[in-house]
Amino acid sequence: MNGVHDMGGMHGFGKVEPEPDEAVFHAPWEGRVLAMNRAVGYLGLWSIDTGRFSREMLPPHVYLGSSYYKKWTLGLENLCLQYGLVGDDELAAGRALYPAKPVKRTLTAADVPKNLSRGSFDRPPPAPARFRPGDRVRTRNINPPGHTRLPRYARGHCGVVEFVRGCHVFPDAVANGKGEDPQWLYTVAFDGRELWGDAADPTVKVSIEAWEPYLEAA
Amino acid sequence: MQLRVRALETILTEKGYVDPKALDYIIDTYETKIGPHIGARIIARAWADPAFKRRLIADAATAVGELRLPARATHLIAVENTPQLHNMVVCTLCSCYPWDVLGLPPVWYKSAPYRSRAVMDPRGVLADFGVNLPADTEIRVWDSTAETRYLVVPMRPAGADDWSEERLASLVTRDSMIGTGLALTPGAAP
Repeated sequence: MNGVHDMGGMHGFGKVEPEPDEAVFHAPWEGRVLAMNRAVGYLGLWSIDTGRFSREMLPPHVYLGSSYYKKWTLGLENLCLQYGLVGDDELAAGRALYPAKPVKRTLTAADVPKNLSRGSFDRPPPAPARFRPGDRVRTRNINPPGHTRLPRYARGHCGVVEFVRGCHVFPDAVANGKGEDPQWLYTVAFDGRELWGDAADPTVKVSIEAWEPYLEAA
Repeated sequence: MQLRVRALETILTEKGYVDPKALDYIIDTYETKIGPHIGARIIARAWADPAFKRRLIADAATAVGELRLPARATHLIAVENTPQLHNMVVCTLCSCYPWDVLGLPPVWYKSAPYRSRAVMDPRGVLADFGVNLPADTEIRVWDSTAETRYLVVPMRPAGADDWSEERLASLVTRDSMIGTGLALTPGAAP
């Protein structure tokens, strides 16, 4: 979706302001919501891309006006509602009012160490890779209303395939309820001037990770 | 937010969907066990051992397995800075970051100013960090739009030729592994 989360190349947000000796969490609730996202994710009801899409669908003023972990909280609440884990009335009451739905598994403290690592997103390829390193490609000009990982600034531009990264779960499918639909994943590099025009810094190159359906031969 | 998050946790706990002890464990892990000190060990090993650096660049996820890290660094890719090339990592769409080797990302990495400008004006962003590169250095920005995760191998500073791996690690800052900083020089190390 063409949302405000897709920030590459936007103006007006000001300088980057690093915080010296930054704490891992700025308030205890930030840690709780981070950990809840991991634990609820472990239930296996949705994918990481579903979680991303839930944050992208926050209204633009909410997305831009919320801290990172507030966005995580709002996105998690919405997914819990959508998947029937909690009800609006329960959130209002601050306690459970109904019995739980059966779930396949829950994360215990003993499970945490062996589940710290992310699983692999590599899948058996349905077909040979269409592109090889060195191939010139053009990104498609797509504007899907659902979740996509092709940023707006990199649509309709010519670049070069640098690496084939394997055949990965396709976010545009999985976050939109269409299964994993694995697709070849490439690192595609663009000249800065191809993306930003002739006045751009000629020493800059930008790459994205692009799934095969984002690309056509150029 | 404290009350709102507590309400959600209470409901999810009462229904048995989450175990508060598991949440405690996850929080403690990211506060005390997984952080940029892990990445610094990897970079120090790469500086000290050219064969390890070659393995790291060829296949970082496998190479860092030798270091017995708390979390396996799935889909990790290492990119090396040279006098001609400076690498910088961003996630313009959300906040993708190599948690397994750097811990949780700092606020600025997830912020609109960084995500909007890193791909269009990386030199301006570097200036915000006080980093000024030669005008002819090529700058490569890696936008982490997939589950691949990028770790920058900063250049080894001069003046630390006979340093042990452990001392070398003290020169490796978090920002130098994101590409918004350089490794410390020996006189500046803590």
